Amino acid sequence: MMRINCPYCGEREHSEFTYGEDATRTAPDNDAPMEEWNKFVYERDNPAGEHIEYWHHAFGCRAWLKVQRNTFTHDISWVGLPHEHPEAES
Amino acid sequence: MGQYNALNIAWNALRGHKNWQRAWRDPEPKSNYDVIIIGGGGHGLATAYYLAKNHGITNVAILEKGWIGGGNVGRNTTIVRSNYLLDGNSPFYEHGMNLWRDMAQDLNYNVMFSPRGVMNIAHTKSQYDTFARRANTMRLNGIQAELLSRDEVLEREPIIDGSADTRFPVWGGILQPDAGNARHDAVAWGYARAADQLGVDIIQNCEVIDFIKQGERIIGVKTNRGDIHADKVGMAVAGSSSRLAQKLGIRLPIESHVLQAFVTEPYKPLINGVVTFGAGHFYVSQSDKGGVVFGGDIDGYNTYAQRGNLPVFEDVIAGGLTMMPCLSRLKLLRNWGGVMDMSMDGSPIIDVGPIDGLYLNTGWCYGGFKATPASGYCFAHTIANDEAHELNKAYTLDRFAKGYTIDEKGMGPYPKAH
Repeated sequence: MMRINCPYCGEREHSEFTYGEDATRTAPDNDAPMEEWNKFVYERDNPAGEHIEYWHHAFGCRAWLKVQRNTFTHDISWVGLPHEHPEAES
Repeated sequence: MGQYNALNIAWNALRGHKNWQRAWRDPEPKSNYDVIIIGGGGHGLATAYYLAKNHGITNVAILEKGWIGGGNVGRNTTIVRSNYLLDGNSPFYEHGMNLWRDMAQDLNYNVMFSPRGVMNIAHTKSQYDTFARRANTMRLNGIQAELLSRDEVLEREPIIDGSADTRFPVWGGILQPDAGNARHDAVAWGYARAADQLGVDIIQNCEVIDFIKQGERIIGVKTNRGDIHADKVGMAVAGSSSRLAQKLGIRLPIESHVLQAFVTEPYKPLINGVVTFGAGHFYVSQSDKGGVVFGGDIDGYNTYAQRGNLPVFEDVIAGGLTMMPCLSRLKLLRNWGGVMDMSMDGSPIIDVGPIDGLYLNTGWCYGGFKATPASGYCFAHTIANDEAHELNKAYTLDRFAKGYTIDEKGMGPYPKAH
């Protein structure tokens, strides 16, 4: 069972959370070429290893969180707020 | 190696079964092949078999990093069906059904294909209406489909809770009578043995570490057993597609997710066909050995771990017990997970490219097993002719950019939702 340490609520079971998506994607400008929009909407890095992603504490404080989790081991190494970044902590 | 037949079995039985030979060779990799297939799963093996059988290309190597039958082909719930809605999918999967029917004869290997029927249960009038639409669409596409009343559902599967006060009473159902199950290991072994007999080299414990390029063209692969060159390299590595494509700097429209499956202790005949619960996500059938095999949703987060977490485990079991309360008396024997290539529209990709010399077979979400023969058939055609077969012409990689997604559920680019 994964546990996510919510900055507001403390450590909770992941069944309280719903998964968002890869948190490293950024939307291109509105007038960017379709090629870039295609990459943004459909293509993913899908890394095997450390993954930075959004989780929603849906059955808790309802805050969106940013989480760094290993996609091989499910180990969670960092949890922060959406505007924060794991490297800023270390 | 010879054919498997009744005479053969009797002859060997009289000699204490000491003279059976291995089902396929264990060759050292050569330095050069016409075609390399990366991935010795069901799809890779089927592709090599059809390359040899239908296209006369026998100088083929299958490179498998583990062992034959150890990946997703051994981790599924063995369901075979073609109850799709969209034009891009229906003919492909229905062709697959035709291949399933003749597979045992074709491969000279008993794959235990059992068309025992796939029944989806509706719990409301509106759900029943969508099933009627699905059944009509299937029949227009030449696929067998029947609508069932509540009584017919309960007659087919008496252990379903048919009481009026159950949480989700049965309203009716839809049946694809010629769909069913096949023995997953036998499919892998059958294709492996048949491909080997046609001259294909099956090389296990051979992991592809990188690609060898000449200019902008792929001319081979680097493996832990040395460099191997080929004119054409096909990738059929569902679960690891993104990791392999990354070595070429390609980002795929794929996320990796884990799907859990379960089997109980063997029990007397209990469930006649394949049944799916309509008020949650639960599908179940009973193996010939008696184990009740079932599964549900993917866990819903990116992962490469071949194991899931308990919340989905609990959710799947809860769905099953709501539909068939008596299952609560069975002991669970095993639970396992397989890594799925979840694509952005829920449909697969079988295509030429995107680099010269490379061919792509990926994105099977959690419907890869049933597609095994059709996927191999079409991928072999695509590799041999450098263009898609009529049946997989919709499964292009550039369909996302062009706006021709094949989204059965209408979920959009959210792989966890397909």
